[in-house]
Amino acid sequence: MHPVLTIDFGSTYTKVTAVDTASARVIATAQDFTTAATDLSEGLASALAKLEGKTGALDYQARLACSSAAGGLRMVAVGLVPALTAKAARFAAFGAGAKVIATYAYEMTRADGEAIARQQPDIVLLSGGTDGGNRAVITSNAKVLAKVPGDFPVIVAGNRAAQDECADILRAAGKPAYVTENVMPTLNALNVRPAQEIIRSVFLERIILGKGLSREMALVDGILMPTPAAVMAALTLLADGTPEHKGIGELMAVDVGGATTDVYSIARGLPSAPTTLLHGLREPYVKRTVEGDIGMRYGAAGVVQAAGLDVVVEVSGLSKDVVQDLLQRIHEDASLLPQTEELEALDFALAVLAVRTGLLRHAGTLTQVYTPMGAVFRQEGKDLTHIAKLIVTGGTMIYSKRTQEIMAEALAVNDPAALLPKTPEILVDDRYILASMGLLAGYDQTAAFHILKEQFGKDVNHAAGQ
Amino acid sequence: MQNGKKLVLGVIGADVHAVGNQILNHAFREAGFDVINLGVMVSQEEFIDAAVESAADAILVSSLYGHGELDCQGLREKCDEAGLTGILLYVGGNIVVGKQPFEEVEKRFHNMGFNRVFGPGTSPETTIQALREDLLGQ
Ligand code: B12
Repeated sequence: MHPVLTIDFGSTYTKVTAVDTASARVIATAQDFTTAATDLSEGLASALAKLEGKTGALDYQARLACSSAAGGLRMVAVGLVPALTAKAARFAAFGAGAKVIATYAYEMTRADGEAIARQQPDIVLLSGGTDGGNRAVITSNAKVLAKVPGDFPVIVAGNRAAQDECADILRAAGKPAYVTENVMPTLNALNVRPAQEIIRSVFLERIILGKGLSREMALVDGILMPTPAAVMAALTLLADGTPEHKGIGELMAVDVGGATTDVYSIARGLPSAPTTLLHGLREPYVKRTVEGDIGMRYGAAGVVQAAGLDVVVEVSGLSKDVVQDLLQRIHEDASLLPQTEELEALDFALAVLAVRTGLLRHAGTLTQVYTPMGAVFRQEGKDLTHIAKLIVTGGTMIYSKRTQEIMAEALAVNDPAALLPKTPEILVDDRYILASMGLLAGYDQTAAFHILKEQFGKDVNHAAGQ
Repeated sequence: MQNGKKLVLGVIGADVHAVGNQILNHAFREAGFDVINLGVMVSQEEFIDAAVESAADAILVSSLYGHGELDCQGLREKCDEAGLTGILLYVGGNIVVGKQPFEEVEKRFHNMGFNRVFGPGTSPETTIQALREDLLGQ
């Protein structure tokens, strides 16, 4: 037996998982409410007590933690053109597990600076211009950021030719500035890894201490990362496998929370037909998008806004009056549980439309152009039509009795322009192990892979004896 | 040898004629230009975004399939809006549709804000010479 403890400090729950890496299995899991953002140790202690009640005393060989408590890693992304470097900066931040609280393109204004002063982000990612390209805008934005009160770190990952000047401007104003490679060194080519490495180290060095994690806890052996980064690590390991073991191949995942909806794709997403031309930014193989305003409770209004009230009414099967009344109640009390049939029906519609909106915004699009020689297509973003496995995680979906139904309805989009998975198998993270396995992957990759494969890699038809 | 000048190149609209684009891409690179080639089926916005991020010196628009005038309308105004004030704009390819004299077509494209307009059969060398004159004063 080689017991390892993983800890996920969530915004609501602190989840602990005891794993035996020697036999590659999860021994037990437990959770308790996350305590005040200033000190997380109380919630951890009671979660651990519950865990010990199940496992008995264990001599943990490693304790690995990730956190999305205290608002998670809150970042601001700055770029030049919205569809290019601003988007690249967002990809970099999302891919590092951050929450992007604001994105700015072109020249920032004084009002933008004031907004950032109010938000006090954990990190600002400053990009703009290809290498040797535009340098005026990133330099101007460095000046705006320099004037914002606060000592938030700024990662400069834009036009190489402007980086030193930007760093000087920021440092002169007392902002810690980190210089790294451009997120888009040449047009449409994404280069997010170097910026993500810096985000991760800044998170480790500076952020966690301010997030209610004491030094001892932060130093629980090894890497501490934002929870979404751990989820991504697990999904990537499951898809790609280890040097010895083959992964299950390209996949997607969706996580619907109370306030936000995260969508992941571990897929190349290249055009599937030779007559299709790929346009725009080449998106990352490991891609995460976050719909900050789409969720089951705080994000319910965002779902209605995105999908339209009529669609919510239609999918729920309720009357318009009832829907409006229930939405008002959710607005007043975000902890409302689906205790009535009506609220259950509304929750069904909210889940369907949150997933659908998240998937539609994550997936690429296809535009058809007719020529007398036949049709040609223009693709933007990823083609995910072939994805065979879609993992569902997050409290709402894991504990819903209608998960399969929700997903089937969410994917029933009759629009050839939307490059959504056509007939994916829906797999449920019902033991809530993704973040835990992402953490474990950095400690014992093989054990983490086997546990993930056991959970998600089974051939469902085969297991059902067909 | 690199001459330090950056060109954004592409075929505008829903036009898929790819051969000329590849030839020009190659010829301009050989001549020392830094080419950002967007390929075929390129929208006005893509030309502009590319030029903004890369601080390009010129945008070279191709149109082969006969809808060039329609596709090119408003490009200069959008460049102005995007801060690409005074950027060099060239257009070439099969921009003369039907039996109209080239001079008339050229005039209309000039009025649209294109600095130079090249008729069918223009050799890459002619274009390169024009670029050298306009960008390098040679
Ligand atoms: C091959 C071809 C196709 C192929 C394209 C395959 C591909 N993916 O490349 C296919 C079959 C798909 C096709 C389709 C169509 N085609 Co077609 N096609 C041709 C053909 C035979 C050759 C084009 C070619 O490759 N030429 C060789 C290259 C090297 O020359 P180029 O493209 O002209 O480029 C050079 C110059 O023009 C110049 N240049 C180009 N851009 C620029 C820009 C600047 C700034 C400068 C300075 C110079 C410059 O430099 C280039 C290099 O030397 C031409 C006829 C012809 N002989 O030109 C018709 C032709 C271009 N097609 C034509 C048409 C009408 C079409 C269709 C609308 C329908 C049809 N009749 O087939 C569709 C449109 C599809 C679409 N949405 O784009 C017409 C266009 C008429 C017009 N503009 O008035 C042509 C001229 C045939 C004709 N005489 O009717 N086509």
